[in-house]
Amino acid sequence: MVFEKVKHIIAEQLGVEEDEITMQTSMMGDLEADSLDAVEIMMALEDEFEIEIPDEDAENFKNIGDIAKYIEGKIA
Amino acid sequence: MSDRRVVITGLGAVSPVGIGKDSFWDSLTNGKSGIDYITKFDTKDFDVKIGAEVKDFDPTLYMDKKESKRMDLFTQYAVAGTHLAFKDAKLSSDDLDSNRTGIIIGSGIGGISTFETEKEKLMTKGPNRVSPFFIPMMISNMAAGQVAISFNIKGPSMTITTACASGTHAIGEAFRMIKLGVIDAAVTGGTEAAISPMAVAGFTSMKALSTRNDEPRKASRPFDKDRDGFVIGEGAGILIIEELEHALKRNATIYAEIVGYGATTDAFHITQPDPNADGARVAMQLALLEANVPLDEVDYINAHGTSTYYNDKLETLAIKDLFKEHAKDINISSTKSMTGHLLGAAGGIEAIATALAIKESTIPPTINYEVKDEECDLNYTPNVKVNREIRYALSNSLGFGGHNASILLKSYK
Repeated sequence: MVFEKVKHIIAEQLGVEEDEITMQTSMMGDLEADSLDAVEIMMALEDEFEIEIPDEDAENFKNIGDIAKYIEGKIA
Repeated sequence: MSDRRVVITGLGAVSPVGIGKDSFWDSLTNGKSGIDYITKFDTKDFDVKIGAEVKDFDPTLYMDKKESKRMDLFTQYAVAGTHLAFKDAKLSSDDLDSNRTGIIIGSGIGGISTFETEKEKLMTKGPNRVSPFFIPMMISNMAAGQVAISFNIKGPSMTITTACASGTHAIGEAFRMIKLGVIDAAVTGGTEAAISPMAVAGFTSMKALSTRNDEPRKASRPFDKDRDGFVIGEGAGILIIEELEHALKRNATIYAEIVGYGATTDAFHITQPDPNADGARVAMQLALLEANVPLDEVDYINAHGTSTYYNDKLETLAIKDLFKEHAKDINISSTKSMTGHLLGAAGGIEAIATALAIKESTIPPTINYEVKDEECDLNYTPNVKVNREIRYALSNSLGFGGHNASILLKSYK
């Protein structure tokens, strides 16, 4: 379950509860992540799913649903 | 010269013998050692297996979890120590003029554990896996930076790095800033968290550490003939210091007044102290001269007393050369016998110990003092605390690089 794993990684990184995170949650807008958190989270996701997320792709993520869908597309 | 006076009004200890002023002081006056086997990493291949770790430290008591994850342990200790010091001072940072408040915190090494973790990632996973937090966690000024953010302090903030003298230099420089009118209050002291494989391996190779692995609590034995090196410690000693009128206006509890500061350099060798101990002697002398204090009014010296052969012998020589006949009347003690050596934080927790000694008229002992060394023939307050009224007390710190610092505290009545 990609979304569950993404949620877990983000919650861990940002010190928030997993149930605060939905598909619509914005990392920077809702969870107060800064640009350094965003880089670290992308690294953790790359490790977890053994993929590469180029910066230009990461810039387009509006919410956590976008991230999950992107990863599903990559590993499919 | 300025007539502004500087007093100590808040104490925050995060130490191997207790977190918080009360448990710290209770351990020191009861001769309780904080030294045990290192738990932070596996010491199987190490010649040194002992250290003085801070026990039961929970960063979330002092900062939120997310913030704590972005800090190396040395920064967490500093933020925790600052919380404790503000609380002890019955002061909120909102009560301070943030532009007239400064932060000077010493750290000898900075975020060495973070460095080691991220170096491992570089080697095993490549450069693209080095954390974006690596630099902001590792750099040694970040304790001061994070304390500023946590407490909204906007005056001068900086870190002093002079190895084991860092904490005392920090307090001395903060004292000067207040005395000269640059600021009215400061968060100062030292912080360190270097019980890591690289730091222990490095100090071990220097033959600086005690290898008394079979008796951890007896390993730090300053001035004792059988001493064989220091025991690495960690933690933070943070003090709130204020200009006297600033403190009186808010009815602050005053532990002691800081009246003098001396800083010198050996210019001799990277690690060995000058065999004549001139630098250490002159640092104490300058602190006394700043306040015009007669030698025979110094009742207590919280010695650097690391438990290494050279330090204890040469610090003794410095005290004898400066104080002459009066040297034997001074109670000297090394609280490192209990806390281990907190490196850049040593001056911080030892200033706390010295301030409390003055306030409580109680001199904490040098524990593990068993065998007299003919080269160390002063009164080291062996093994048991002594009740004594203290007029003036010095706290000494001497660092690799030949950095010497001494601060002079006075009883405030």
